[in-house]
Amino acid sequence: MILPRWRWWFLGALSLAVVIAAIYLPILRRNIKQAAKLQQRSEEQARRELTQPTVINPSDPKVKAKLFWASGADDGTLSAVTVDLPLSSEPVLRAKQVLNTLLAGPVDTELRTLPPDAALLAFYLLPDGTAIADFSEALATSIPSGIESEQMAVDSIAKTLAANVPQVRQMKILIHGQEMETLAGHLDLSQAFVVNANAVSPRADNAGTRPSTSAGQQLTPAATAVKLAASPNNAATKQ
Amino acid sequence: MLLDVGRIVRNSVRETFWVTVFVAAFFAALGAAAPSAGQGGAPAGAPQTQPQPTATPSAASGTPTQNVTPPQAGLNIVVLDPAHGGTDLGARGTGGIHESDIVLEFAAQVRTALEAQGFQVVQTRQGNANPSFDDRSAMANGQRGAIFVSLHIASTGTAGTARVYVMNDMAAGVDATGLIPWDRAQAPFVSLSRKFGDQVQVLLAQRFKGSPAVVQTASVRQLRTTAAPAIAVEISSVTVEDRAQLDHMAPGIADAIARGAAAFRPSYVVPANPGERP
Repeated sequence: MILPRWRWWFLGALSLAVVIAAIYLPILRRNIKQAAKLQQRSEEQARRELTQPTVINPSDPKVKAKLFWASGADDGTLSAVTVDLPLSSEPVLRAKQVLNTLLAGPVDTELRTLPPDAALLAFYLLPDGTAIADFSEALATSIPSGIESEQMAVDSIAKTLAANVPQVRQMKILIHGQEMETLAGHLDLSQAFVVNANAVSPRADNAGTRPSTSAGQQLTPAATAVKLAASPNNAATKQ
Repeated sequence: MLLDVGRIVRNSVRETFWVTVFVAAFFAALGAAAPSAGQGGAPAGAPQTQPQPTATPSAASGTPTQNVTPPQAGLNIVVLDPAHGGTDLGARGTGGIHESDIVLEFAAQVRTALEAQGFQVVQTRQGNANPSFDDRSAMANGQRGAIFVSLHIASTGTAGTARVYVMNDMAAGVDATGLIPWDRAQAPFVSLSRKFGDQVQVLLAQRFKGSPAVVQTASVRQLRTTAAPAIAVEISSVTVEDRAQLDHMAPGIADAIARGAAAFRPSYVVPANPGERP
């Protein structure tokens, strides 16, 4: 039996429609899933932003805070700048206040150590004095890549904490809640950095006004903190 | 939760169109190629697969790596590490300069200078590959009597200067088997690294004005897992206006590293086996 010509065309068009539908439907399903996931993520981001209050409270007593930015000598060194800031006596809030001021940057933007679009997402202080600072992805993606620039960024954070929040013994940096192998390809973020080997216990001292004496110390990975804590000379620092 | 259905449908239609075009093109190409089927052979433009280092962290316990030379007595091997590579371009300058490209060119000159001093040189990468940090470390950790030099170009710093970095002091881990823990492999070598770094930094400071006189310390990820005297040399910077400024530095950098390594050679008592403490 010979089919009329129009029927061949009809069958051909039908087959083509089936093939296109077979391709189209899985793609449509995947795109709907992706869109739903993206929306969920942006809602979570918005929630996180809402849970980050503006931490500067003008009613807190003004103290002379030491913030560490680039010295301007172009040799990888930092220098302390004293700023009058209303700081909380509660260590976590105080740490957020000084780190947000550090992120805001100095008057001379050339002396920045952290990217202007980086933000502190969360800050925790564990009972053993370990601080966990969670920064936005911009800290890793916008920082100039290199050993010197990445070391300066971490040094400025750690020295600023050491000078203003005496309860912080060591610091672990997370990027958007994740542990990263490096900051921007060079500096090791898989381990914590010693901030102040002589830190006071966050439990024992909540005053947060005791000045730190180790702001200028060379920062070392946390493995050294273990060694120091175990040393008889540092028995007083044990929790 | 509201979804932009119109946008999703439009995107899906667009994707379907391109997939259909691709499928049609594929079958058309298949039909065209059918008469010549059976002739075999790779297309002329097919990428050549590069041999990748197969070493894993287990190499710390002495497992030899794929492209390393057999161990010999004394310090005679330099593992040269042009950083980054592959999709990781490293520092990027405004003039299209990439750290990963420049360090590879520097490495060629450093290699020549080291070989002139009698060293055998093993490179962690030859082309545009990007071995992992552990794979690069494994190339040194499987050797006996090796030193490790990682080459970097910074985004910052005074142009025309160079700095040598070594790891901060680390607490040496204690392993029941007597082996060095992989994640702190550098710990027993830090003082040797500093000695080696100082030898190189002094020469760099003489050659490149404005460079520091002494070695710097930093928590460089690449150095932490390397069980050998290890340094990272960072040159400033990718932000130079003229690429030739960096190219002019290459012979001086190569000479300083090679002479520094030669000066360090007598002070390094090589461990009896790979992965052992110095």
